[in-house]
Amino acid sequence: MKLFPDSERLSDLKVRGDFPLLANNPGLHYLDSAATSQKPKVVLDALREFYETANANPHRGAYSLSVRATECYHQSRVRIAQFLGVRDSDCLIFTRGTTEGLNLVAESWGYANVSSGDEIVVTALDHHANFVPWQVLAMRKGAKFRVCELTPEGKIDLDFLSGLLSERTKVVAFNHVSNAIGTINPVEEIVRLVREKSDAILVCDGAQSAPHFPVSFDSLGVDFYAFSGHKMLGPMGIGGLIGKRELLEEMPPYQTGGDMIEFVHDDRTTWNVLPHKFEAGTPNAANAVGLAAAVEYLDGIGMHSVIAHERSLMSTAQRRLAEIDGLHIYGPPAAERSGVLSFTMNDVHPHDLATVLDGEGVCIRAGHHCAQPLMRRLDVPATARASFYVYNDESDIDALVTGIVKAREIFAYVET
Amino acid sequence: MSRPESSAELSALYQEMILDHYRRPRNKGSLDKADASVEMKNPLCGDEIGLQVTFDGDSVSDLRFSGRGCSISQASASMMTQLVKGKKREEIDSIRNQFRDLMLGVSQGDERILGSLRSLSGVARFPARVKCALLAWNALETALAERAG
Repeated sequence: MKLFPDSERLSDLKVRGDFPLLANNPGLHYLDSAATSQKPKVVLDALREFYETANANPHRGAYSLSVRATECYHQSRVRIAQFLGVRDSDCLIFTRGTTEGLNLVAESWGYANVSSGDEIVVTALDHHANFVPWQVLAMRKGAKFRVCELTPEGKIDLDFLSGLLSERTKVVAFNHVSNAIGTINPVEEIVRLVREKSDAILVCDGAQSAPHFPVSFDSLGVDFYAFSGHKMLGPMGIGGLIGKRELLEEMPPYQTGGDMIEFVHDDRTTWNVLPHKFEAGTPNAANAVGLAAAVEYLDGIGMHSVIAHERSLMSTAQRRLAEIDGLHIYGPPAAERSGVLSFTMNDVHPHDLATVLDGEGVCIRAGHHCAQPLMRRLDVPATARASFYVYNDESDIDALVTGIVKAREIFAYVET
Repeated sequence: MSRPESSAELSALYQEMILDHYRRPRNKGSLDKADASVEMKNPLCGDEIGLQVTFDGDSVSDLRFSGRGCSISQASASMMTQLVKGKKREEIDSIRNQFRDLMLGVSQGDERILGSLRSLSGVARFPARVKCALLAWNALETALAERAG
């Protein structure tokens, strides 16, 4: 299955200059965008502009500055919803990020709907953020927690998944794209399978898909989709949970407090409408504005160009790394992966590799990538991971290869 | 931005002594019978160490380590086992404190006490790696505490 065509020519979007941190550090090769992305100047400007021209507490004051803050916050929601293909923007709840979005579903929908004897299914490919909340829910409710195994290539084993599903299945949680090895999961097939064999809700971790290719929640078919702003050029501390209206309407609040209420009586409280029901307290309006600027910037490039660019870098990096003796690449073939390249080197621990690469100005991640269940199945304690985004180019791959070769020289085993 | 600017810092980190212990770890394996056994993980990276210790009165009479990890954690564990074997608890505490200070960049420590561990001094310049160097020592501390009851 080839999702996106490979390009012959190595793509360069030539946008590095838009990112102050990268522009100010010409020798820096940032290859850890799967952890967090760098921020373009337009996002930083948007944050500053909000604080300089519109800062007040949204939804509170009758004065015009507060109205302006409210309007900025609202418009940001509409813009981000449009970017992610959500027609009903009130179904986009702002959260701190993917982790909070997934916890919201587990806590609110899960506690209200899962009971003893029910089953919850996650996959061995999931990030801890889409694994642990469900495991905890299952333990507290006396439900069965089932982990879907993977194919040897590191894809969700759909036959195995099919075998797990039954009318007892209440939740199926999976990631759209694996942060650890880059597998792009076949959402359509998973949705079809789950709907066929169960009444489970489908919860999709979109942390690694929203930043990298066009996503339309309304046609994805899942019930919930969570994402993080900071991985898609936006500020840290803002992200979202998108849910189907009929589910969100029925769910109890996640946190309670200001803004999320309708009437507070001495003996009971009624809830505000969507999305406010799930946004207790002063909202993170400035960062919502920043994230709206980020998606505007991404749309300016075009999400099809973003993924084509990453694929181009990815296949080149894959080819060049595969030429290095003793280097192992994890995950499915490059054509079925996003811009994540996870690898190990014989005799060189990923930490040592990362330190040597750091000396070359190359930032990569070394570790378990918050995916210990996957690492156990790959039978490695850790891998090194290089991940690509819009600002990367061929020089980053050159530096990566140079650094790996250098690490191999340092650690070369010479029998004496 | 703080990052290792020169290859001099890298070669200071990866000294031959460290690479030697990494490639040929001393006292790696397991004991048939141990007075204390500790398993410890570095949650940041998933690296793990197992440590088995036997005591003779107040002294460590033998010890072995197992597990997998980076060059720094493996070399540190290997050197530690050589250094503490046959030593009394007090002496071990003193070495451990000096080594911790060395890793935190507080002091260079006494070469006569630290011995080969001094080769790890370059780690102090790499804050992300200090935990790797201390993993085995934390395991030993737990083993000693187990012994003390």
